[in-house]
Amino acid sequence: MAKVKGDIVVDIEKCKGCEVCITACPSDVIAMSKNVNGKGYHYAESVNEDCIGCANCAIVCPDGVITVYKVKL
Amino acid sequence: MSDIITKEQIRQPENLVYSKTKLLTDKALSYCPGCGHGTAHRIVMEVIEELSAQSETIGIAPVGCSVLAYEFMNIDMQQAAHGRAPALATAVKRLMPEKYVFTYQGDGDLAAIGTAETIHACNRGENITIIFINNGIYGMTGGQMAPTTLPNMKASTCPYGRDVATMGNPLKITELIAQLPGVHYVTRQAVHTPGNVRKTKKAVRKAFDLQKENKGLTFVEIVSNCNSGWKMTPVQSNKWMEENMFPFYPLGDIKVDGQLIK
Repeated sequence: MAKVKGDIVVDIEKCKGCEVCITACPSDVIAMSKNVNGKGYHYAESVNEDCIGCANCAIVCPDGVITVYKVKL
Repeated sequence: MSDIITKEQIRQPENLVYSKTKLLTDKALSYCPGCGHGTAHRIVMEVIEELSAQSETIGIAPVGCSVLAYEFMNIDMQQAAHGRAPALATAVKRLMPEKYVFTYQGDGDLAAIGTAETIHACNRGENITIIFINNGIYGMTGGQMAPTTLPNMKASTCPYGRDVATMGNPLKITELIAQLPGVHYVTRQAVHTPGNVRKTKKAVRKAFDLQKENKGLTFVEIVSNCNSGWKMTPVQSNKWMEENMFPFYPLGDIKVDGQLIK
């Protein structure tokens, strides 16, 4: 079976910490950081290696801060 | 061990699946965290990018939260007086019939002060697309009751909930304009889940394609959240919207090819 591996890159300074991406993620990859960005929001970050590159988080992100990459192994 | 791959190896341009469209400017959106406006902006811009119509599209910004839409959408924009976006869009489309023309309006703009302009533009069957964001509240001015506020829904001007006996019934303007012969395509969508975002994008694409064919007015309502106005977190507001807004404003097509559904 072809294995898929993905990764997300979050534009930390533009993230507003709304957490909509967390409910959209089917693999529970995203969590809010303990740190805050320049505006004082806890930003989204990838916390494990389970990302499948489905882009659901990026599609629902109201501020479009998530970039998604995917490779087939 | 060929399946061990580092994040740096994944983050290569050839592996890119999704990134924010270039038709949105790099300016940070002025909306509250979790607001559906940002997603709706992005969908409209992605459709225009698909059509390669960046220089062929003129958008009309409304008054309300999205008054600054022209700052974020990297296309030619006009900004209309409160509620008058369909009238301005009519003028733009008649002067430049080869361009795509759309208005982007909220419920306070389209269904309250702009009711006359909306209904008459729809009745004339202008070849424009109206993107209507319905969150059931006046968001920018502080969460006052809008025509689309649900019965018993709390707002800052009806803190005990909307009493329909004294404050009137919610206005289903989308069903109202679907009755008009000049309107070709009417649909109601949402942007709170990935599936709904994809459906909304298809609906917006269809509306723009029909506009190119001069079929008449196309109308896409997007039921959205206003977590600040509803006094909830973004995730709670999306859940509340599913439980309360969707039964009253059911999602789906209302009019397709000039024929009412149902």
